[in-house]
Amino acid sequence: MTLLAIFGVISSAIFSGTSLLYTTLGEVIDERAGIVNLGLEGVLLVSASSGFAVTSLTGSPYLGILVSVLAGGLMNLVLGYLVITRKANQLASGLALMFCGFGLSALIGKTFVGVKINSLPRFLLPGLEDLPRLYTSLFKFDPLIYLVIPMAVLVWWLLFRTRWGLGVRAVGENADIAYASGRNPHLIRYQALFAGGMLAGLGAAHLAIAYAMNWTEYMTAGRGFIAVALVIFSKWHPLRAIVGALIFSAAVAFQLLLQSSGVQISPFLLDTIPYLLTLIVLIAWGGTRKHSAPASLGRVYQGSE
Amino acid sequence: MLKISEALPRFSVIQNKTVILVIRYLYMMLLAFLLFGIILLISGKDPLQSYKDIFTSTLGSAYGFSEVLVAMIPMLITALAVALPARVGLINVGGEGQLYIGAAFATFGALTFSNLPAWLLLPIMIFLGMLGGALWAFIPGYLKAIGLVNETITTLLLNSVAPKIIGFLIFGFWHSALDTVKTPNFVAAARLPTFFGTRIHLGLLIGLILLIIFWLFVKYTRWGLEMRAIGNNAQAARRNGIPLKKYLIVVMCVGGAIAGLAGMSQVSGFYGVLLLNFSMSLGFMGFMISWLAGGEPLGILLMSFVVAVIFTGGNLLQLTRGVPYSVINLLLAITLFVVLARPSLIKGKKA
Repeated sequence: MTLLAIFGVISSAIFSGTSLLYTTLGEVIDERAGIVNLGLEGVLLVSASSGFAVTSLTGSPYLGILVSVLAGGLMNLVLGYLVITRKANQLASGLALMFCGFGLSALIGKTFVGVKINSLPRFLLPGLEDLPRLYTSLFKFDPLIYLVIPMAVLVWWLLFRTRWGLGVRAVGENADIAYASGRNPHLIRYQALFAGGMLAGLGAAHLAIAYAMNWTEYMTAGRGFIAVALVIFSKWHPLRAIVGALIFSAAVAFQLLLQSSGVQISPFLLDTIPYLLTLIVLIAWGGTRKHSAPASLGRVYQGSE
Repeated sequence: MLKISEALPRFSVIQNKTVILVIRYLYMMLLAFLLFGIILLISGKDPLQSYKDIFTSTLGSAYGFSEVLVAMIPMLITALAVALPARVGLINVGGEGQLYIGAAFATFGALTFSNLPAWLLLPIMIFLGMLGGALWAFIPGYLKAIGLVNETITTLLLNSVAPKIIGFLIFGFWHSALDTVKTPNFVAAARLPTFFGTRIHLGLLIGLILLIIFWLFVKYTRWGLEMRAIGNNAQAARRNGIPLKKYLIVVMCVGGAIAGLAGMSQVSGFYGVLLLNFSMSLGFMGFMISWLAGGEPLGILLMSFVVAVIFTGGNLLQLTRGVPYSVINLLLAITLFVVLARPSLIKGKKA
């Protein structure tokens, strides 16, 4: 086991953790407004495929990211229409959204399988200029990675330090009381879903455009579901979501490390480590969880007419 | 506004709730087809011709109809695997994982006891499949019962784990000499018998029997009543002396066992071999069907048939029209969107 291999693993963990953190932050906003988005997987897929397609067609990764972000927001608005306006069941609507994402992304991405694209530029982590070239290539990150922690702080600030965030949290706790105090629960939930979808779109953009740099069907491989789990783990708090994403990335890194060190364990079993670790962390974290969940999470707001 | 039953008093058949339900579903299907037609049009396919293909290939011929029934088997069973836990308020989104583990256990039986006669081997496989699914569902059921982790998230996470365990087993131990992505073909004794020279297998009968048992169970037994009590108000039920924890764990395990049975019926009746990633969202479809049907037995039967028509027709669309396989998901999703967007029309809705 060389130092280089360890650094390589850390580097790839940072890459894979970034899209997860963006997605988790998006889901934190959704759930703070009282809406569980189980269709995150579909949102990610549609964002990733459309962003990738646009990047490939125009040659501009920035335009691709923009389209990804908008696609994520729009997908979440579809969910919003079902669960807010039509008052449908959130879990079922989420799963329908997931199916929709599977199909739509395959249709969008069909002609882009195996296409090469211009990726985002990568910059070396400041302070590491003196390292040998072999090492520095591992610590060159794209702007989206540098932006992810500030984004978590921004989401925290939005949710806990602004009037809008107060409204979102109020609606998530009790939509009737929020309505009585002069807020519009429907509008706030739509806004929260759009914002959350845009963040998920950013995560998908990082996955397809900056990290994997290609499109394959079902490339998200369960990230949407893991993000939902991480939201519970982070107790619906954006800053704790950083910890959650770090732990998950560490698990991925550990798994890669084991594989690269030639341990005789089936790669299939190693692949289960991140999921099992998430589960174990949830169990260890359990018990106190109930107090931090938004009180009306998953409930339909019937309106106060 | 007049209700349909008031407006048409002479037609007693229309007053029948079930008939109204069917008419509404048909209307919604029409709307869904319209939306999907637009998508087909955008992607450069002729929607009318595609639909004609779908219907002539599924409902238009005896062979097509038999294929629909074949596709319906796992959906019917996985829907029951969701509907039963839903009675006590458990949300089993883990049918997918339970189905895989059930299939793995059944495959173990098929490969280990391959020299037993069919009348002995098949019951063993059914038992093992149900055991596997039940064990996989025990984890979320237990964690929920002791109040640690919500079953929705546990089942979703375990869904991601189960196919990898299948991969491990196939690559590590079970793969055939020729191919590393699947096991050797099962011996004839490990295959569920098929009927009428079609691919319809005994799984259909098993599914229908399960459906009837489910209906009798929830309607006419003490346990069914107690489960309804838990589903309506778990704490009130507990204070009335109903053993809540025991119910949560047992019902979840039975749900898992049913999903495991669906896995067994797929590998034994349909494929005759254990493949990587063979399920392709069957567990999720079961969840959708059960939810759309409001957990009612008749609705489950109807909805699994409808979804099976979409699925089979979409399969053909993929072959003849060159649309990607996943577009079936899109057609399914649009149907679901339309149904979800009209919750007031659905019987047995849950807010």
